[in-house]
Amino acid sequence: MKRARVNYDGAVHDATEQAGQLLLDDGRRISFDAVHWLPPLPPAPRPRTILALGLNYADHAKELAFKAPKEPLVFIKGEGSLIGHRAHTLRPAGVEFMHYECELAVVIGKTAKKIRRDDAYDVIAGYTVANDYAIRDYLENWYRPNLRVKNRDTCTPLGPWLVDAADIANPMDLALQTRVNGQITQSGHTRDMIFDIPYLIEYFSSFMTLNPGDLILTGTPDGVVDCRPGDVVVTDIEGIGALVNTIAAAP
Amino acid sequence: MSSPAFMPAGTVYGTLLNTLDEWEALSPQMAQPPYQGAPKAPVLYIKTANTWSASGSAVTVPAQTTDVEVGASIAMVIGTPAHRTTVRDALDHIAAYVLMNDLSLPHASFFRPPVKYKNLDGFLGIGPRLAPARQAGNPNHFQLEVRIDGIVRQTVDYARLVRPAAQLLADVSEFMTLRPGDVLLLGCGANRPLARAGQRIDISAPGLPALGTLSNTLVAEVA
Repeated sequence: MKRARVNYDGAVHDATEQAGQLLLDDGRRISFDAVHWLPPLPPAPRPRTILALGLNYADHAKELAFKAPKEPLVFIKGEGSLIGHRAHTLRPAGVEFMHYECELAVVIGKTAKKIRRDDAYDVIAGYTVANDYAIRDYLENWYRPNLRVKNRDTCTPLGPWLVDAADIANPMDLALQTRVNGQITQSGHTRDMIFDIPYLIEYFSSFMTLNPGDLILTGTPDGVVDCRPGDVVVTDIEGIGALVNTIAAAP
Repeated sequence: MSSPAFMPAGTVYGTLLNTLDEWEALSPQMAQPPYQGAPKAPVLYIKTANTWSASGSAVTVPAQTTDVEVGASIAMVIGTPAHRTTVRDALDHIAAYVLMNDLSLPHASFFRPPVKYKNLDGFLGIGPRLAPARQAGNPNHFQLEVRIDGIVRQTVDYARLVRPAAQLLADVSEFMTLRPGDVLLLGCGANRPLARAGQRIDISAPGLPALGTLSNTLVAEVA
């Protein structure tokens, strides 16, 4: 099942994908174009934890002139940075290098504490696509990547679908691709993650409890390029979805 | 009837290097690798919801850990959205203040985000009461006292900040909107005391009794 959360005709609805249309929770069938897409996450009782990996693909670490890390390089994002599918991400005036990052996002489904890697898939509700934009002009070597680079309004598109875990036979066997204005700029494969999904769940849950609705953004492969206002950026993961985003100039 | 303990509705942001004593202590290292320069923007981190502990509750110290670092701070609770606010208007966005006990496993490097040191379950004690901003007065006059087993081990003077409350809020809101319910810590100071399992930590703000006393006891993890 592919699940969405949309704003349609004055209300927020849960929806599922049915034969190329959206089936709303009230039974209406409508086209993808008729709605505003929200991040495909059910509401959480407390602010959700959003963990994001840096340098988790060997080729991307090399691209950024870093050695592959010995343990996960993780940073945390606030919920305020999330936006949905087909929305706009703002590029500040005067910056030189703003790039997308196509990432497989794991959505936690069960409370998870001290989970062994063999049991890790049991705590996953599903998967979605994240585009974890970075504005490299603002990088500083203090808690790097710092929040001014990674926690900006509009800079984490998520969606379009939350795909049930049961529908994805092996999340470590999915192709990733980013297209900017129709040109392929980034290609990779989840099998090339340095720390795979079971490792990450075992690692994080060894010291912190993960709760339903929490997210793990698993990092991005090689091939990031600067994006300018007007660019249409599609981050696409096999079997999960194609997340469309357009860059706009910040007011 | 007592009201339920305050728990944040939004994201809790901590602030490193915002007290002058912290800045002075680290400044000899700032030009060296890996930092290669003093920070320009506020240095922030996030205390996720799994870290939140109500005042009075016990906090579990993981096995194989001896000392936990106590990061006492006064925090601002946001009342109205703060986006690119000016210093002059910044304090208007604050609904209230609250005490926080930002616990960490001690760590010497601030190069990478401190998730495995700061985001352990229970590692943020949250004060028992909010002090409404209108009644709390000028945040530059706030002070903190930290007691471990009843003995004063640290004081923090909020007149001695790199960015006073209004400046901090303005500089953070330059790059991200702080939303109602979000929380921003003012800073924890240098010479943070260490505490061990079995010890009690009490944080209070002399001159601001409305905040009450934030108390947490550390307990050893049962293997």
